[in-house]
This record gives sequence, structure tokens and C-alpha cells, in this order.
Amino acid sequence: MTATGGPVLDLRNVHRTHGSGGAAVHALRGVSLTVAPGELVAVMGPSGSGKSTLLTLAGGLDSPTAGEVLVEGASLGVLDRQELARLRRRRIGYVFQDLNLLGSLTAAENVALPLELDGVGVRAARRAALAALAEVGLTGLGGRFPDQMSGGQQQRVAIARALVGERRLVLADEPTGALDSQTGEAVLHLLRRRVDAGAAGVLVTHEARHAGWADRVVFLRDGVMVDATAPLAGVEQLLSGSGR
Amino acid sequence: MSIRHGLLALLERGQMYGYQLRAAFEESTGSTWPLNIGQVYTTLNRLERDGLVRPLPEHEGGQRPYEITDAGRADLALWFATPISRADRPRDELSIKLALAMTTPGVDVRTVVQAQRSATMRTLQELTRLKYASDKPEDLPWRLVLDAMVFQAEAEIRWLDHCETSLVRYRPAPRAGPTRHAGDVEHADEEVHR
Repeated sequence: MTATGGPVLDLRNVHRTHGSGGAAVHALRGVSLTVAPGELVAVMGPSGSGKSTLLTLAGGLDSPTAGEVLVEGASLGVLDRQELARLRRRRIGYVFQDLNLLGSLTAAENVALPLELDGVGVRAARRAALAALAEVGLTGLGGRFPDQMSGGQQQRVAIARALVGERRLVLADEPTGALDSQTGEAVLHLLRRRVDAGAAGVLVTHEARHAGWADRVVFLRDGVMVDATAPLAGVEQLLSGSGR
Repeated sequence: MSIRHGLLALLERGQMYGYQLRAAFEESTGSTWPLNIGQVYTTLNRLERDGLVRPLPEHEGGQRPYEITDAGRADLALWFATPISRADRPRDELSIKLALAMTTPGVDVRTVVQAQRSATMRTLQELTRLKYASDKPEDLPWRLVLDAMVFQAEAEIRWLDHCETSLVRYRPAPRAGPTRHAGDVEHADEEVHR
């Protein structure tokens, strides 16, 4: 749980406008969203609806034009650049469709990199990296280079990098990319497990089947949140409801 | 799908008598659901009994037109506003509902689409949750049944997305309904364009 027991991510009436005057594009218009520890929220919407903008704002990779973004109670707008960079390295994990693995580093080195950048010693970082690789089912493959791995294994390395250390907020943008349906499902399974262990997750997707893994699904249209599903009941209730 | 709500939706366009209702119903549903005239009159009688439609004086040709009442409008609005539950859905109801929503004055089709998408998404989440909880090897048959339902729900959401995209480009041609007034046509176009 967070120190305050509040949400891990809190977007408050967030606006993001690109450009100005007649050429202004309103990517997000007054979106509010909270994500609690242990909660996975999926964001759905057509291309251009603002899904990815929401994710980059949540991750502190971009700033809102108006409104406020809080991660574990800290308002990103009042942090200086160094503080923001530290928060991103330590507390936020990103999984993008484009994996951004460094080809000249092994799987373990790729995963350890954010920790080393954060000043963690090489040995400790390597230990944490191997643990993260084990969590995603890649025990024993830490010494391989990305081009020696399958697409599914590379995606798992990218997820291990997003989960390594004590990430409290995991942000995923179409994380199953071009993976086949079984491998894609395994990726979502990993994300779900980390969230069940106490992280907060945001999953941007246009695939309804992937959004099905979330506790809540919000729908964006033209930068506005138009609807959201209510939080789910527990499995026991679902089972009794399905007549099993 | 109740024929009842289909007829109410048609009468919302304007007053009609039995044969006109049958023809309009078949036109709305692309003739995928043929009705016999007996079903139409039985349903009209029940609707009248429940105060949802009211008969008007007979025409010279002996045809008795019906019009929708305020209670009928409220009943129709409730049907459009309520998502269909997957559990007890007759197969075609959703597609027919959308087809009728597009031609019924005063109905915002996109709201109907979004309400259904949320409800179906919710079902998909529940199915996924059940699948996640059934991870033992001996659960495989049940997981595959769940997968079938997951894919059906996914297909429905994709179809709803497609409907929404198509609606953005939709510009209906003016059409002369059986007993529609000119004012109704304008009103209907305005609603569909929202």
C-alpha cells in the first residue's frame, strides 16, 4: 500500500492541448481517473481518442496543459526535473509496443539498466534483474542478447525491465504488440499478477479481449471519458452467478 | 427480441395500420425476421390492453391505424436504454435494436451503442476473471467454453465499434414513411446526425 493508503495514480481534471489558436488539437479534455493499489484499469478508444496521451501524462513523460497528475500522492507538476526522473526510474514501469531493448546488452543487463542508472550497485542490480526475469519465466536466459530470443521472449524481457525493483505503477501501451494470441495472453497474465501483488496498472489497448483482464475499463472519445465499467465483483460471486 | 418493442418503435415514426406495420418491420430487419399478420394483430391487441398504443378511427378502406401513447413511448425509451443481457438474449435482438434505433425519432443511436459496449465489456471482464481463476489442467474444458464466450463478446464489441465508425459517416436519404409527417422526417434526420 502507499504511505497514504490513497490511489497510486490520480489524474485530476487533466487537459492536454497541442498547438494553439485555430490549429490547437485537444488531445485530452478534462479527464479524471484514479487507480488504486491492486487495480488494473484498461483504457479503450479509437485512434486519436487520447489513450496514449493519457499514458504519457500518467508516466510523467509529458505535462498536462491544465489539471494535475499525482503519483503516490506526489504532484508531478511541482517536482523538479531530477526528482521527476528519479520517480520515473524507481516507481514507474513502462511497457510499450516498441520494446526499446538495447541490442548490445544482454537480457539481464537490459533489465538491470534502470537500477544502475539509479545508483544501485552492479551486483545488487543484477540480482534484482535475474529475479525479475524469473518472474516472467525467463530463468536461465539472462545471458542472451535480444536477437538470440523470440519476439515473445523479448517482450518478456521488456516487461521484466518494467517490473524490476519496487515499481508501484505499471503503464502498458498495447503491450502484446504483434504477438500471437497465446503469447499475448501470457504477457497480460504477468501484468495481472504484478497488479494482484499490489501494484497499480494502466493498460491502453484497442483490443476488447485484452481489456477484459482489467478491473475497470474506461472509454475515451475525442479526449473525453465517455463511459466506464463498474468495478468487478469477486470470482466467488461470479461463479455463483454463472450457475456453476 | 419482443415484436412488441419493434412495433412500438415503428409507431414512434407515425401512425400505421397492421399491414403497414408488417411491411415496415420486415424492411427494418432486412426481411431476416418475417412476421405474419396474425402476430402483428395479436401484439397490437396486447399493446392496446397495456395502454401502450391506442386505436384510431377506421379508414374508409376498413383499415384501423394505431398510434403510440405516452406510456408506449416511455416503454420504448426504457427498452432502448437497457442493455440486453448476454445470458438470455435471443440471437438477433441487438442488431435489430440498432437498425430500429437508427430509424426511430428521438433515439440517439450512439448512446445505445455505448451502453451496449459497456455492458458487453463488463461481461468480457467477468469471463476473463473466471478464466484467470481456472488455471488447473483439469479446468481446460471449462476454460475453452469461457474462451468461446470471450470471443463472442469480443466480436460483438468489434461490431459495435464498426457501427459507431459507420454512424459518423451516415447521412440518411430523405424517405417518405407510410404516414409520416414532413416535420417528423426533419426531426429524425436531426437526431441521427447528433
